[in-house]
Parts: sequence; structure tokens; C-alpha cells
Amino acid sequence: MTSPAILIVDDESAIRRLVRGALDRSGYACAEAGSAGEALAMAGRPGCQLVLLDLGLPDRDGIDLIPLIKAMDRAVLVLTARDASAEKVAALDLGADDYVTKPFDTDELLARVRVAMRHRTGTTTDGKLRAGPVEIDTGAHRVARNGAAVHLTPKEFSLLLELVRHAGKVLTHRHLLQTVWGEAHLGDIEYLRVTMRGLRQKIESDPGRPTLLINEPGIGYRFGA
Amino acid sequence: MNASPVRPSPDALLKAAKREARGRLKIILGAAPGVGKTYEMLREGADLLRQGKDVVIGIVETHGRADTQALTAPFEALPRKLIEHGGHKLSEFDIDGMLERRPQIALVDEFAHTNAPGSRHPKRWQDVEELRDAGIDVVTTLNIQHLESLNDVVAGFTRVRVRETLPDALLDDADIEVVDLPPDELIERLKDGKVYIPEEATRALSHFFSKANLSALRELALRRAAQTVDQQMLDHVRLVGEPGNWAAGERIVVAIGDQPGGEFLVRAAKRLADSMHAPWTALTVETPRSAHLSAAAQERIAAALKLAGSLGATLTTVSAPTVIDGLRGHVAEARATAVVIGKSRRGWWFELRHGSIVDQLVRGNEGIAIHVMPLPVHSEKEAGGATLLNTRGVIAGLAMIAATTALGVLVNPYLGINAIDLLYLIPVVATGTLYGMRASLIASLTGALAYNFFFLPPIHTFTITNPENVVTFAILAGVGLVAAQLAGRLRREANVGARTSIENAALAAFGQRLAAISDEKGTASVTCAEIASVLDVRTVLLLHKDGRPTAVGGAPDTPQLGPIDMTAAEWAFDRNEPAGRDTATLTASDWQFHPLATSLGVLAVLGISHDERGDPLPAGKSVLFATLLGQAALAHERLKLEGEAREMAVLKQRDDLRATLVSSLGHDLKTPLTSVLAAADVVANENPASAAVATLKAETQRLARLFDDLVEMTRIESGALAIRPEPIDLTDAVASAVHGLAAALARHPVKLDVPVSLPLVIADPRMLHHMLINLLDNAAKFSPQNAQITLSARREPQRLILSVIDEGLGLPGGSAGDLFQKFARGQGSDGAGGTGLGLAIVKGFADAMGLVVRALDRDDGPGSRFEIEWPEAMIRSLKAEVEP
Repeated sequence: MTSPAILIVDDESAIRRLVRGALDRSGYACAEAGSAGEALAMAGRPGCQLVLLDLGLPDRDGIDLIPLIKAMDRAVLVLTARDASAEKVAALDLGADDYVTKPFDTDELLARVRVAMRHRTGTTTDGKLRAGPVEIDTGAHRVARNGAAVHLTPKEFSLLLELVRHAGKVLTHRHLLQTVWGEAHLGDIEYLRVTMRGLRQKIESDPGRPTLLINEPGIGYRFGA
Repeated sequence: MNASPVRPSPDALLKAAKREARGRLKIILGAAPGVGKTYEMLREGADLLRQGKDVVIGIVETHGRADTQALTAPFEALPRKLIEHGGHKLSEFDIDGMLERRPQIALVDEFAHTNAPGSRHPKRWQDVEELRDAGIDVVTTLNIQHLESLNDVVAGFTRVRVRETLPDALLDDADIEVVDLPPDELIERLKDGKVYIPEEATRALSHFFSKANLSALRELALRRAAQTVDQQMLDHVRLVGEPGNWAAGERIVVAIGDQPGGEFLVRAAKRLADSMHAPWTALTVETPRSAHLSAAAQERIAAALKLAGSLGATLTTVSAPTVIDGLRGHVAEARATAVVIGKSRRGWWFELRHGSIVDQLVRGNEGIAIHVMPLPVHSEKEAGGATLLNTRGVIAGLAMIAATTALGVLVNPYLGINAIDLLYLIPVVATGTLYGMRASLIASLTGALAYNFFFLPPIHTFTITNPENVVTFAILAGVGLVAAQLAGRLRREANVGARTSIENAALAAFGQRLAAISDEKGTASVTCAEIASVLDVRTVLLLHKDGRPTAVGGAPDTPQLGPIDMTAAEWAFDRNEPAGRDTATLTASDWQFHPLATSLGVLAVLGISHDERGDPLPAGKSVLFATLLGQAALAHERLKLEGEAREMAVLKQRDDLRATLVSSLGHDLKTPLTSVLAAADVVANENPASAAVATLKAETQRLARLFDDLVEMTRIESGALAIRPEPIDLTDAVASAVHGLAAALARHPVKLDVPVSLPLVIADPRMLHHMLINLLDNAAKFSPQNAQITLSARREPQRLILSVIDEGLGLPGGSAGDLFQKFARGQGSDGAGGTGLGLAIVKGFADAMGLVVRALDRDDGPGSRFEIEWPEAMIRSLKAEVEP
């Protein structure tokens, strides 16, 4: 017997039911939890891979659950209100894999769930990463777009690599600065902005309307897969 | 401001050069014996020893205390020099020994010590000066009462006078360290026998060590040390040429007299006070002469006081026999450091009689800066009661002389004429005492004549044969004059004293009553009742209500004011000057209105009237009235500030409540919207072709955006916006906005003109995103289908501008500014909906972040252009090297 792979945590049963319907149709087995206590108990069951976590729970702040669930090695997709960017950043920095803003579009939710699940199942490692038109040869430090070689600076390469490794997932400014520039430059968001601008010129077909390097205002960047 | 660089003053440089070459002096300053100065000096010396300095004890008085004695162990101590004096052997500090030994630093206890006779210098501080001249640094100890300038002060309250004093100037270039010990601890140490007191002084000193004395001494020591530091800092500032203000403890008194030009003095004092950052007081002195001041002189005093009050001075009136006494008394009491006083060119006769106040002030007040301002000549002829003859007094005097003469005739046969001249003293003194000098002069003259006529031989003539009788006559006149003068002054002093003490009590009570009230009505009624009773007038108080003065209280009752009265009251409000009866303006009014001027403007107007008097303000009461008005004005000011604070608190509370309400409402409404949207998706899945479902989805999304707008608007209005500015790449921001609004922009081609070379800008990313979404949404809403929307950014000198340009209807004339008002809406092309909140939020966010937004009609065709402008300070030029 396979236990459900996705746990839907929300105190509104209507939303749980509708989300579950959409996920069921896409072939995911789901379980539901209406409170933080229930969520913690059910997330620990074997087979559970992803938790859709609403932050407004009756018995406990959803933010507090993120590290606990991450400790069980489950992916976390946060469901949150639109205006709370600080809350989103906090959730992401605590280890949440991604977020979806309420009210959400079902297609968007499914896309995020797919990314999170794919990430869970892991990407093949033949030394090359592929995401959309971009191909990265991690060993040779080479990048190609639609087969044509693109010359990147070392920082641009590191930035692109980090984003493609987590393709589809939002990475916070803090995370990117820490990974690419190091602990000493957590405040130097200018570095990130300028390097991102250069990268976009080289990777995007229309840099003014980016489809690969997506800005999430006030939160971070996402590689659009 | 002087643009040329400030140069160090030569004096200061010289002073510094001298200081560099000489040995330095450090004084351990204490408030009293026993606080631990010697101990501290040794501890300090030990520190210096540890630093490898050559430190030698010149002289240390351990007074047999073991702990202090122990501290001297590490030092090399210079042997004391023995001096024979009157059979005693006295041990003293050996200056020659020290000069020969020539250490880097010498420890020399008791700076103020007097050397035994036969020593090189009479005072130890002179020894120290010699050591310093030789380049030796000295650490010494000193009790505050030994300072020359403080000697009298200390003796004044401790009743112990020390003979060993030293010049204050010694402290000027010394480093001073205060050994501070709370009085209680010192008294404790005294009880434990830890303080050395010479046997013979025990009794005298037991009084000295009272807590009150020790507290006062401690304050003196701390203050003196602070003063020295102050002065040294000033020296330093002069040396390095930095302008600055280090003044401390200045207090200014401006003396207001009856002469013209008082307001000029007040302004001068205000300027002085501002430049010194000092508090200041306007002082008037009530003297016996004040009772005879003309109405004009009283007016002048009141006007000067009023001006002083409105410029922030404390107003004080003291009563004293003479102006100089009152002034000196106040200067001492208020510890004033500067006096501003006017000097008019009065006649020599006036100065001879009344003395020059300025001269007396200069003579009697050392250490106080006296600023003398020349005033115009005092030419006005005073018309006072004193210059007129008191007819009743003359008649009474003459009647008494007549009665005395009759009595003299009766007793002459028994006593002889030598006794009768004394009898005449009685009416002369009586007239002087009761009716003043002039009446008594006439009485004494008449008395002398009558005595001559009726009693001096030859009788019944005015001839004087015996020279002795001339003397009698003169004495009679002289005694009469002196008696009259003394009696007159006594009477007037009693009057003045009595009046001001009553008035002062009334003023104090008035102030207290006002302080206890915290509403308009109460303040008005107390003010009216008090002034009515003190001045014997009817009163009315008016406040501004709904844009016009309204009577809110009066005494004995609130009167009905006629149109002329109201105009006069309004005049007083608007012009901040008296109006109405017996003023310069609108004299037809029955009332005289006075403004209650405060730093917040005229807050109220007080009207006074009297049925009989032409000027309702009684003669001689204008100073009192000005003070009462000042108090009432202060009370109104306090009331207004309190009211505003309360209002703000209520508004804030209401706003907070609304923000919380809307915020949670928005959150709660999102939940059903989420369900609706998810349900719509389910339906769309089942009926992919349904247009209704697409509409349902689009409208639900819009509803969600509306709620967001509503929540944001509430945050803007309650000031609850949390702004997190960061450097932003506009290409990023524009791309996300266009992407986020893709559905709404589907019907319009969007042109992007954002150069890659643009610098970063500072903004809150979430707010900027919201602003762009709203501007794009607005452009889409008011443009015909397929009309292009352009997003363009350009760098200009000192600014960066991001524009959203549409090809819609443009702005109807004049509505550009209004557009950003809450709920303002342009006329949509197809009646396209919107709450009008969108642009108000754009404006609110821009204001919060310090950006400028503009709505303009396009000048190159139909349509409008919305601009967001970043000032230079919020533009970050790209760092050349971003890959460290």
C-alpha cells in the first residue's frame, strides 16, 4: 500500500477539498490535515513527500512548522496571502521550498507542485544540467543556449548554476548572495541586481520580457522552467 | 556665515605654547576633608609608576591612616625639610631637594597649604608653580573651600572660614579630577574615625560636616570642575579655530523700567539669550516711586513685559525700596550671569537724587556682565498726583497751625516763647505724615511766620531782631521737611508692599486654579472671575469657534456683545493688539479687548469694561493686568496642546482599529475567494469552452486585487506602512509588473523602453510593484482596445523618471492633481470600473517612499502620461566592479 505523497494542510475544508480534487486529477495521492497538530502527525508517515502548508492555522503559526517538517525531509510549499512578502521570505529562509499566493490559480499551483515533486525525485546527473533552452556543463564550466555557447563571467556562471539547479523554485536574495558571493556580502543586493542584469542579456531571447530569469519583487529570483 | 576659514587666535596659541613647555598640573579636587583625595593621588601615582614614569613623593599627609600609608610604599619619597620656628620644629616640603632630584612627576599633597615662616615661598602652590616652571609635572590635592572666589560663599553657609586660599587662575590650565563621595558616606566615614581632623578644630568642624553643608560643597566642587572643563574647551576651540557654543549655566535678566525703549531692551535681551542659549527673565521693580508713575509710563512697562512674555521670558516683579536694591536682590537670587539695562540721558539733578542705577550696579556686582543700552532722552512731562498740591492737606495744615498758635497764646504766659517753638513741630510733623511733603512745607513756613508774628519780639510784626530766632525758624522748617519726607516714604512703602503682596498672592492662587482646570469653560470662567475681582471690571472671554470669536465666559455673567464689540474683539484676535474702548482702534466699543498671545498665536481675547471709567483698566494696574493676561494665555496654550495631544491619541486609536479591521477583513475575504477561484478552475476543467467561467476567474482575480488595494489604502492612511527600501533594477521591476498583469494587458501591445544602462533606484520592491500594476491597470482601463501602452525610463540630470504612457482619452483639463485623490476617477472609455483607489495608492506609496508622481496630458498626441520620479539621492550608480 502506498501512502499519500502530498499532505494538504489548511483549516478551510472547502479549500482542502478543491485543492485535493485538482491534485487527484493530476495523479497525486493526497491526505488532508486541518490543524498544525494533525499536520505534524501526518507529515511523519512514510511516503509523504510534499506538504502544502497554509500559514494561518488555528492552533499554531504555520511558520513554526516549517523547520519541523523540513527535519522530516519533506518538501514544503507554503500557501500565503498576497501582501506578506516578509512572511514569504521568512518561510523560504526557514527552508520552505516555494510559495503560492492566495487566491491562487490552480494551474499555477499544479506547476509549483510538479517542480517540488520533481525536485524530490531528483535530476539525473550526467554532469550536465538542462533547463529549457539552457544547458550547463558543470564539470567544464560551460553554458550553451539552444546549442550555442554563451560566455559567462564566473559570478554569472555560479548564479545561473544555482538557479538552474533549483529550476522552477524561488530562491531568496539572501540565499543567492550567500551561495554565489559568500557570507560577507549578504547585504550587497546591488551585486545580485547587476549580475542578474548581465546574465539576462546573455541568456534571455528578449531581456526586457524575461521568461527564464524571473524576478519575484521583494523576495528573490526563480528560474522559469 | 563667514566663509573664510576661522583662524586660531594668537592669544590662544601663546597660551598653548606656554603650557606645552611647563610641567603639567593635575588637581585632585574634593568637596571636603576625608573624601579620599590623598588616596586617589597615590593611586594615580601608582598608575604612572606602572607606566614606567619617574614619580617621586614630594610630600604626602597620611594623617596616620594605615591604608594611605601603605599606598606610599612603592614610591621614592623625598625627605622633608625641617624648619625651626619659635622653638618648634616644622617639617615642610623640600623644594630644592625636588628641583635637584628632578623627577618626571612629583606628588605634592595639599595644594593650599601655607608654608612655615622661613620657607622660600609663603604658599605651597608657589612651590608647585616653581616645579612646573622647571618642567616637572605635579599631581596635587585641593578642597573646594580653599579657592579664593568660593571662600566667602563657603564661609557663608558653613560658618567656617579657611585662611589658606589660592587664586582661581591656578585651575585654569590644570587637569581636574573630582573625588566624589556622597555626603552620607562621608558622614559615615567621619563617624568611623576615618577622617582626620585636628584636635583643636573638632568642635568647629562638627557643624561643617552636616549633610546640608556637604551637599552644597559637593555641588560647588562639581560645578567648579565643570566650569574649568568648559573654559578649557573654549580655549581649545579658539586654538583650533572651530566655532561652537559651549556656554553653560548662563542666566540673563533684563531690567524693565518706566522709561521709553523698554521693548528695545527686551529685544536686545532676547538676542543675547538666543546667542548664549540661556534662559532669561524680564524684571520690574516696584518702588515707592512706582505709585506715582504716569499712566503712559505704566503702559510702557506693561507693553515691554508683554513683549518679553511673548518672546519666551519669565516675568518677575519684585518690590523693594529702590530699583537698585530690587535689581541686586533678584540678580543674586536668580544667580544671573548677565544683566541688560537701559541708560537714558536724564538730567544731573535726577541722577543726584535717585542715583545712577547703572553705576551702582557696576560697582556692586563683580563677575556679572552688564549690558548697558543707550535709550532716548526721557523728555515726556510726567503728570502725576504728587506734583499737584494737595489742597485738603494744605487746609488741614493751616488749621493745625492756627490751633497751635491759639494754644501758644494761651500757654505763653506760663512757659515762655522758647517752649512754644517746639509746639509748632507737632502740626508740621502731623501734616507731613498725613498729607505729604508739600503740605508740610507750607505748614512749616506758615508756622514759622506765625511764631514770628505772634511770639517773637517785636510782637505782631514779621521783623526778627534776635539772630537766635532766625535759627529757630530755620530749624522748624528743616525738621518739618525731614519729617514729611520720612513719613511720606514710610506711607508709600507700606502701600506698595501691601499691594504687591496681595497681588502676588492673588497671582499665585490664580495660577494654581488655572493649572487645576483642563477644559475651556472652566479656564474661561476662572480667568474672567479673577480679573474681574482684581481689577474691579466686567470681563468677557472669547475663543475662536467656527472661524469667528465667540464669548465663552464672563464675569459677573457672560454679556451680549454688540456688532462693534465683536469687530473690536476680532481685531484683537487678528492683529494681536488691544482694541476697543480707550485704545487706538474701534473706540466706540464699550469693551476693551486684549489678546492672549502665545507661541501658538492668539488663542483667546479678553474683554474688560467699566461703567464709569473711560479706560476700564484702573490706573496703576497695567503691570498687574499684563501678568494676569500672561498667566491666562499660558493656561490656554496648555489647554490647546493637551487638546491636540488627546485628539491625536483618539485619531490614532481609531486609525489603528480601522487598519486592524480592514486587514483582518481582507484576510478573511481571501479565503472564500480562494475557494471560488479553485472552484472556477474545476468548472473550467469540465467546460473548457465556457466564456462565463473565464469571466468568473478574471473577476475573482480583480476582486482579490481590490481587497489588496483596500488594505493598502487603510495602511497608508493610518501610517502603518512598513517600508523596506532596497536597490532595485527597473528592468526587473517593469518585467515583473508586465508579467503579473499579463491577463489585463492582453488587449494592448506593451512597448518597453527601459535602457539596460540605467542605474539602480531605491524603493520598496513590493510597493513599487503595486504602483506599477496599478498604473498599468489604469492605462489599460482607460485606453481603447489595441492602443499601445509604453513603459519608458530615462535618466535626467538629478533625477530618474519612469513613465507609463497610454493612448487613451488623456486627462480632462485640471484633473491631473485630483486624479490621485481617493475615489477620484476619470471617465472610462467603456465605463470601465474601478474604485479610484488605485491611483490614490500610487500616490500614497510614492509619498511614503519619498518619490514624486505626476499625471500629465500627452503633448505628442492623445493620451496621458504618468510619471514616477526618483530624486538624485535615491539613485545608485552602478558599482564598476561587482565581482569582488
